[in-house]
Amino acid sequence: MADAAVHNAHPPGFAHQFEDMEQQREAGTLGMWVFLVTEIMFFGGLFACYAVYRALHLQAFELGSRLLDVRFGAANTAVLIASSLTMALAIHSAQTGKRKSVVMFYLALTMILGAAFLGIKFTFEWRHDFLEHLVPGFGFEVRPEWGAVGHHVPMFFCFYFFMTGLHALHMIIGIGILTVLTIMASRGRFNEQYYAPLEVTGLYWHFVDIVWIFLFPLLYLIGGHYAMGGGH
Amino acid sequence: MTGFIQSGFNLLAFVHEGIPIRPTAASSIAEGVDRLHFFLTGLTLFFTALIFSIIFYFMVKYRRRSEDERPAETQEHLALELTWTLVPTLLTVVIFVWSSSLYFRNSRPPSAAMEIFVVGKQWMWHLQHPEGPREINELHVPVDVPVKLTMTSEDVIHDFYVPAFRVKKDVVPGRYTSLWFQATKIGTYHLFCAQYCGTDHAEMIGWVYVMTPADYAAWLAGGARNETMTQAGERLFNQLGCVTCHVADGTGRGPALVGLYGKQETLRSGEIRVVDEALIRQAIVNPNSILLPNYPPVMPTFQGQINEEQVLQLIAYVKSVGPEERKTNAK
Amino acid sequence: MSTAVTDMQPGAPPESSRVHYLNANYGIKSWLLTTDHKRIALLYLGSITLMFFVGGAFAVLMRLHLIEPQGALVEPDTYNKLFTMHGVMMIFFFLIPSIPATLGNFLVPMMIGARDLAFPRLNLLSWYVYIVGAIFTLYAAISGGLDTGWTFYTPYSSSFSHTQVVPVALGVFITGFSSILTGLNFVVTIHKMRAPGLTWFRLPLFIWAMYATSIIFILGTPVIAITIFLLGLERLLHIGIFDPAIGGDPILFQHLFWFYSHPAVYIMILPGMGVMSEVVTCFSRKKIFGYSFVAFSSMAIAVISFLVWGHHMFVTGQSIYAGLIFSVLSFLVAIPSAIKVFNWTATLYKGSISYQAPMLYAMGFIGLFTMGGLTGLFLASLATDVHLNGTYFIVAHFHYIMVGGAVMAYLGGIHFWWPKITGRMYPDGWARFAALVIFVGFNLTFFPQFMLGYLGMPRRYAVYPAEFQVLNVVSSAGASILGIGYLIPLIYFIWSMRYGPVAGPNPWGAKGLEWETPSPPPTENFDEIPVVTEEAYDYANPHTGVARG
Repeated sequence: MADAAVHNAHPPGFAHQFEDMEQQREAGTLGMWVFLVTEIMFFGGLFACYAVYRALHLQAFELGSRLLDVRFGAANTAVLIASSLTMALAIHSAQTGKRKSVVMFYLALTMILGAAFLGIKFTFEWRHDFLEHLVPGFGFEVRPEWGAVGHHVPMFFCFYFFMTGLHALHMIIGIGILTVLTIMASRGRFNEQYYAPLEVTGLYWHFVDIVWIFLFPLLYLIGGHYAMGGGH
Repeated sequence: MTGFIQSGFNLLAFVHEGIPIRPTAASSIAEGVDRLHFFLTGLTLFFTALIFSIIFYFMVKYRRRSEDERPAETQEHLALELTWTLVPTLLTVVIFVWSSSLYFRNSRPPSAAMEIFVVGKQWMWHLQHPEGPREINELHVPVDVPVKLTMTSEDVIHDFYVPAFRVKKDVVPGRYTSLWFQATKIGTYHLFCAQYCGTDHAEMIGWVYVMTPADYAAWLAGGARNETMTQAGERLFNQLGCVTCHVADGTGRGPALVGLYGKQETLRSGEIRVVDEALIRQAIVNPNSILLPNYPPVMPTFQGQINEEQVLQLIAYVKSVGPEERKTNAK
Repeated sequence: MSTAVTDMQPGAPPESSRVHYLNANYGIKSWLLTTDHKRIALLYLGSITLMFFVGGAFAVLMRLHLIEPQGALVEPDTYNKLFTMHGVMMIFFFLIPSIPATLGNFLVPMMIGARDLAFPRLNLLSWYVYIVGAIFTLYAAISGGLDTGWTFYTPYSSSFSHTQVVPVALGVFITGFSSILTGLNFVVTIHKMRAPGLTWFRLPLFIWAMYATSIIFILGTPVIAITIFLLGLERLLHIGIFDPAIGGDPILFQHLFWFYSHPAVYIMILPGMGVMSEVVTCFSRKKIFGYSFVAFSSMAIAVISFLVWGHHMFVTGQSIYAGLIFSVLSFLVAIPSAIKVFNWTATLYKGSISYQAPMLYAMGFIGLFTMGGLTGLFLASLATDVHLNGTYFIVAHFHYIMVGGAVMAYLGGIHFWWPKITGRMYPDGWARFAALVIFVGFNLTFFPQFMLGYLGMPRRYAVYPAEFQVLNVVSSAGASILGIGYLIPLIYFIWSMRYGPVAGPNPWGAKGLEWETPSPPPTENFDEIPVVTEEAYDYANPHTGVARG
């Protein structure tokens, strides 16, 4: 059919339902923004619950917060911010028509930083928490020195694991997408005209980064200054 | 089979007597609620009939008479649009003002209400009168006396519903809710649980008996003579060892409870709270959430060790040793 | 170009000679791996029809059981599972996807002159996500069922129920993503892929309704997803988020639940309103009265619907002042609905009205929706809600909106676009008859429930006091008529796919880009993207209003 012939003439990466490349790129970007709105609502519900319970059980949440190792959290924040930079560099180098090896280098670097984040999270932090019996549902032990608020500390850890776990899941998905992009880059699929997948993934990656920027102070920092018992 | 036959008879009997369309109105607020209900029913029927008749009229009058009929262009009509935007708006304003002022009046108990305590539990109602008598799935109240119910649940959310009184309120575990009514007609009325609560939700029902004040007094006096709620609370207070810390002269490790009820207290967190039922309950089940500045955090929680009825008895006791003037006010 | 024109002539060449989306390729794989929005719409149509009849079977059993006050059929535990599974199936697996996923999927690209949705593979994915969610729920139904009510109220669901809470919660959670992806796809498609000349205010109102619905999908569904997930987590790990015995707050669950589930009611009704605007204009050959009022009322409903959730909680002991605010906002959301009803009615004025089956459903919708909407005032009004909350009045009100409204509109829409979807006509006489049976059966089932509710019969009762029996028997009798009413279309639709007369591209003489294509449409809908030169529903102008480049 004549139609098919016309479509075949389009540049690589062009989908049949669109009129031109520009429309396709705009649709992709808008799609990602809309997706990020749903993500905000998703995390927003969780943050709302966190806020309510923090208000209800302030002391337990502060106590739980102090049991986390802020050094791991701070290191991970640095790692993640660096990965956002390399992601931006990857997009920039595709946009400005750099060689495919440059794009691949930055993508790989982003993935390595992402993996480093997860490595710190899982092998140091979570393992540490597990050994300390701080994982609700998996041998959580309420320590006597926590006093009467102790039996609400698991709730803090529940939120901690759920929120950071959900965030980690987003990171894993992100690394999966980056792997696909790296393969696409290695086949020379991106150029000055066609870099929409990189751009859209970048939006996602930065979003996941921003979520962490909220999680870090909420979980690790707030409450750390107060003395035991909520007094002064 | 006999069940079917029996229900067939029931059916005939009811059809014979006519299908009821209005539930008994037996409380001081019922007439007011019904008036609003009838107004809304009238409004609903009027507009539904209006819309249906207009549609029907148009469908007949403007039925398609030939296949190539082309009606003239539709004209926009701003005045008409504004009319049917503003008329419903005004109507809803009227309903809102009417209903909200009614609700405002209906939901605030008179200060002199008689208190009864309710604990919902899968699948029964425990009711306790301050004078001592305890009931299950039955509530005896005097006519023409405002009654305030303070309610909580042992397990899941229930809902205390007496259709004849037009009152309903959820009964929520971990907190106190309250409702009040003033029965106006002697009789026996349904009590339902109106919040789904599991297997026998539909069996969590009972009766409210509205009696003359004399009959009520006789009912209170009759039967096995129980200790009053205050006495039961005092007994618990001693049994559980509360008395060892909450010494009456204020020298113990916990605050003295005499005169405490109704006072304002500043907590360690800086929060100022009035000592009410909810706060006393919190102090019993989760003491460290409301620490006082001058007392060490040594009180153990009694959650799981005493049931909600016993908590209510303890509260009754604490209230009974509260300031004299409050007690006289409440009478 | 010329092929499209010949196809539009009556007595076009036989079906088999033309390639369209149904015969473009064959085999199970060509369906399960399709990215054609029209085929995906049909996949949805099949799946939600299945869920509808499963959920309907539960309802029939419930109504049979309630013929006798002491319960005629089953144990209370089983009854509790029946009403729960009925609610879960109907709401999450039928009503929410019904019009958006079937008619919306089929029509959104066609109405705006696009070849497909913006993300066809995502569209297929969302169907698979729906199926996975449905499988979890069906598994739960088979392996013991769920007894928490479709509202999953805590702490009953989190700590007390002994039934399959986790599989159903997972099913609902997963299906939520299907809605999110569909909403995302629609928003992007409507924003970016409209044909040249098709400005926002030339869009069919069905598209406006889909757009408003998608916004609710996008903003609301993630919140219910996270809530249901927390519920599942709580149930598995006993962490006490919603159980007061361990420090949680059961009322918080209700806030989160209704923050989504009230807008979800509008997810179910807004698309129906969109269908109404299409059907009423076509069968009265008039432009819609007050286009911009109808369009903006959809958006107003979508926005306000997020602010009214507290009206489900007037009797939970929330503060009087919160109650007042939620009450006034709930009244506010009634006004755009009223505007729509008046505009549809006014559209009929001086029209050329024909009574084919879709129009009968539409008229039924307007009347029943009016009734359902007005009875909502009883519940937005604080003083009367106290008495009516948690009784059969709620059940009746809800079903007037959902069955009298949404299902009527869905059936009307299916009847309207069936010739486009399949290329075949169904027997119009049977269709009118079915519409009548459904209308009568529906009113007989649910009107008595308004009376029962006012008399004080609580809902979700497996047994009830004998004085409520007469009205219950009437309701059950109505339900059996309603059940038969729903079977009739199932039969003649299936019949028509093979034996129905060939419909031609535009059997109703309707306006709109979807009618510019042959029936069934070709895989890519339009050989050439049309250029739109007129406003929607320009029935006064007999020409097509489409310029072809």
